Amino acid sequence: MSQAFNNTQPIYLQILQRLCRQVVRGEIKAGEKLLSVREMALQCGVNPNTVQRVYVELERLEIAETRRGLGSFITEDEARLKRLRKQLKNEQIENFIADMAETGFSPEEILAGVREKLPDNKGRRRD
Amino acid sequence: MSEHFVKFTNVTKKYLGRVALDNVSFDLPRGKIAALVGPNGSGKSTILKLTAGLVHPTKGSVTVLGKTANRRIAGEVAYLSESDILYPFFTVEETIKFNAGLFADFDRQKAKEILSFMHLEPDQKVKHLSKGNRGRLKILLALSRRAPLILMDEPLSGLDPLVRDSIIKSMISHLDLQEQTVLMSTHEVSEVEPVLDLVMSINEGHIMAIEEVENIREQYGLSLVDWMKETLAK
Repeated sequence: MSQAFNNTQPIYLQILQRLCRQVVRGEIKAGEKLLSVREMALQCGVNPNTVQRVYVELERLEIAETRRGLGSFITEDEARLKRLRKQLKNEQIENFIADMAETGFSPEEILAGVREKLPDNKGRRRD
Repeated sequence: MSEHFVKFTNVTKKYLGRVALDNVSFDLPRGKIAALVGPNGSGKSTILKLTAGLVHPTKGSVTVLGKTANRRIAGEVAYLSESDILYPFFTVEETIKFNAGLFADFDRQKAKEILSFMHLEPDQKVKHLSKGNRGRLKILLALSRRAPLILMDEPLSGLDPLVRDSIIKSMISHLDLQEQTVLMSTHEVSEVEPVLDLVMSINEGHIMAIEEVENIREQYGLSLVDWMKETLAK
């Protein structure tokens, strides 16, 4: 299918995360209209009910809003989007730190390692 | 709006003394895409045929939208059989016209859309179609009906990956899940997994488990294939 999903997480959650990352990266702008449920389902190769669940969840998180008859739009609330950006950053960093700690690295080693590697990765972006 | 869209109550089906289904009960809710999975001969096709009203239960009852499933529900159920049901001497277009004449709920506009979506040639004779295009045409006939219930017996079997992909895509874009419910049997589990809401695993005439696909990932952290292996090994 068009996009691969990992097997251990619900598909709706994976699509939700992808959309949040696109918003944080600025690929989807504040106030921008999201694809219709069916278009998104087709693009991701998933059940329209799954996409519906993603949009409901985005609305619950106040990242998107549904306007009756018009579709779903990313919020124009910049403060909320800033919070999302911070949230995603913290999540990633916490996961990374937990992983490193589990592998037996001290905070100093982690910091030094990040400082050493960071310049290599400049400008590189991943999905 | 009936909650129990399709309802099996203590259904047993025997063919000449051989038990195909053994005291099976389940409900299928509205607006879902559900798959029947399980080994060959486990009873998947029997469940579909009972739901379509093409065969009758030896014991128990099968209802669709509150009505007993028999030949009279053909107007509300689109059934795509596993075997070839197309007339070889018809062209694609004649096949569509023929089906439009058979079923009051056949939507010609939708058929036209799916025709171009699937890149089928209206003037080609069915006997000259490749196996893949015959598979596409069968799906077109099932999806063009605005029937509340669509049953598909092995819609992907024996088709190449590109055809399977185009069939799954056309299901996503042409099913109306506000109005329609789908029950299909399949072995191509990992391919259909992203489009499924529900899955029922069957073995030797028994339902081993019914589960929401997203739950399988969320609660057990398993792909559908791994979950199947676990439930069928019980």
